[in-house]
Amino acid sequence: MATETMNVTFDADGYLADHNEWNEDLARELAREEGIEELTDMHWKVINFMRKDYIENGAVPTIRRLKKAGGIPTKELYSLFPDGPAKKAARIAGLPKPKGCV
Amino acid sequence: MKKLVILGAGTAGTIMANRLSPVLDKGEWHITVVDKDETHYYQPGFLFIPFGVYNQQDVIKPKRDYLPSGVELVMSGIELIEPERNRVKLENGKVLEYDLLIIATGSRIHPEETEGMKDGGWHKNIFDFYTIEGSTALANYLKYWEGGKMVVNIVEMPIKCPVAPLEFVFLADWWFTEQGLRNKVDIEFVTPLPGAFTKPRASKYLGDFLDKKGISLVTDFGIERVDSGANKIISYDDKSIDYDLLVTIPTNMGDEVIERSGMGDELNFIPTDPNTLQAKNYENIFVLGDATNLPSSKAGSVAHFQSEVLFENILRFIDKRPLLPEFDGHANCFIESGFGKGILIDFNYDVEPLPGKFPLPGVGPFSLLEETRMNHWGKMMFRWMYWNLLLKGAELPIQAQMNMAGKRQ
Ligand SMILES: Cc1cc2nc3c(=O)[nH]c(=O)nc-3n(C[C@H](O)[C@H](O)[C@H](O)COP(=O)(O)OP(=O)(O)OC[C@H]3O[C@@H](n4cnc5c(N)ncnc54)[C@H](O)[C@@H]3O)c2cc1C
Repeated sequence: MATETMNVTFDADGYLADHNEWNEDLARELAREEGIEELTDMHWKVINFMRKDYIENGAVPTIRRLKKAGGIPTKELYSLFPDGPAKKAARIAGLPKPKGCV
Repeated sequence: MKKLVILGAGTAGTIMANRLSPVLDKGEWHITVVDKDETHYYQPGFLFIPFGVYNQQDVIKPKRDYLPSGVELVMSGIELIEPERNRVKLENGKVLEYDLLIIATGSRIHPEETEGMKDGGWHKNIFDFYTIEGSTALANYLKYWEGGKMVVNIVEMPIKCPVAPLEFVFLADWWFTEQGLRNKVDIEFVTPLPGAFTKPRASKYLGDFLDKKGISLVTDFGIERVDSGANKIISYDDKSIDYDLLVTIPTNMGDEVIERSGMGDELNFIPTDPNTLQAKNYENIFVLGDATNLPSSKAGSVAHFQSEVLFENILRFIDKRPLLPEFDGHANCFIESGFGKGILIDFNYDVEPLPGKFPLPGVGPFSLLEETRMNHWGKMMFRWMYWNLLLKGAELPIQAQMNMAGKRQ
């Protein structure tokens, strides 16, 4: 896998261990691993909002927060990041795995 | 005279009033409790009502009977909290000023958040069991149901008592068997989570239980809408599931007063310090129970553990001492698994549910992450404990902080 040659560390869940090691090339690589060949402007809007929100609030935003605070319609989120959009987008954005609250 | 105001006299507000009233100097502090509803509901009992184990009378008591005589109870809706001005406006027109505010307004279901949920099928073949109305309507429906496909769906997390939906399907499996109807009923558990539950070991353990009981599991299902004409639920990625009977756990949200007051997140939960329980943005406001935004379970047992820490911190705050960061996310939940048995889980922010014995290491009498008859009795005893010990803020034989002794890695 290409991400292995990029000299970054992943946690046990396969998420970036330190979100500061993230960069846009890494995001493109992670997206390919998740089956997303090309990151469109809309993808970047989601990724950038997630990173900003995480850095400001210390928590990976939920799907509802992406809709309400980030202005990203849920339907669109699902089509951008099929099958588990919150987890996939978080991984591509270099954030920890979202903790489905208990 | 200084003023302490407690908003909400449910599980958490009642416990705090009972803990604080006897110790705060009556000459110095006046305690006011506000709630809009005269009736205290034992919400854990709602789970059993659809199966005729409890009825409405078994789960309600007057709120006043559980509050200490030293507090003033005001029966009114809360209209607005004005944290910058240290006052609360009530729907009855009164304005309450405070020096110290405890918010315990809980959380409620919002079926209208899902498109189509409240169309034609609501309380006809679509039910919730998180309210007294929902659980009693479902009891009536089940009495005459002749079978078909029952879908139990969690709309989104977080929900209060996150194990309750699993308990519901376990009990349904038992109850349909008792009625001689099990071979005419398909039970499907449909969740937005990647597994039966959130924490990995418990998720695997409980997932195996679903399997054993012949309950099918659909994961990663993010419901977009209900088509109640066609009896289908449809996900954001256009998967669709048919049902004859839909039991929904709708979106759970904090009270609208939190939104009106600009104090909440997207779900009207209040940003709260995870360890001291002080509101993130306001020094003299504390939050406990379901109203917080914390990643701990929204459960009565958790409100109880929080109340021990909050009690200390309120006294420290009054004495101008630093707050103790002692709440560790401890939760302790009995999971009714049907046929007179139960499972117990005990965990906190950092440690997921593990097997072992509880509360006495090596002895029990309860077993963790294991199905036993004793655990079922624990669950049934909880109702007595709730009314007689927990609400009164009495010491329980369980520490507020989770204990690793007795657990196996
Ligand atoms: C089906 C079900 C099963 C459960 N099972 C369990 C279990 O087995 N074990 C367990 O520990 N927990 C269980 N729980 C969870 C438990 O009941 C709750 O976590 C607990 O009651 C939360 O307490 P609280 O004080 O935060 O909120 P509540 O007890 O809901 O109290 C909130 C109070 O605030 C009042 N209020 C809110 N807004 C306003 C307003 N604007 N004006 C005036 N008053 C207001 C309400 O009237 C209410 O009295 C279950 C819950 C459900 C629904």
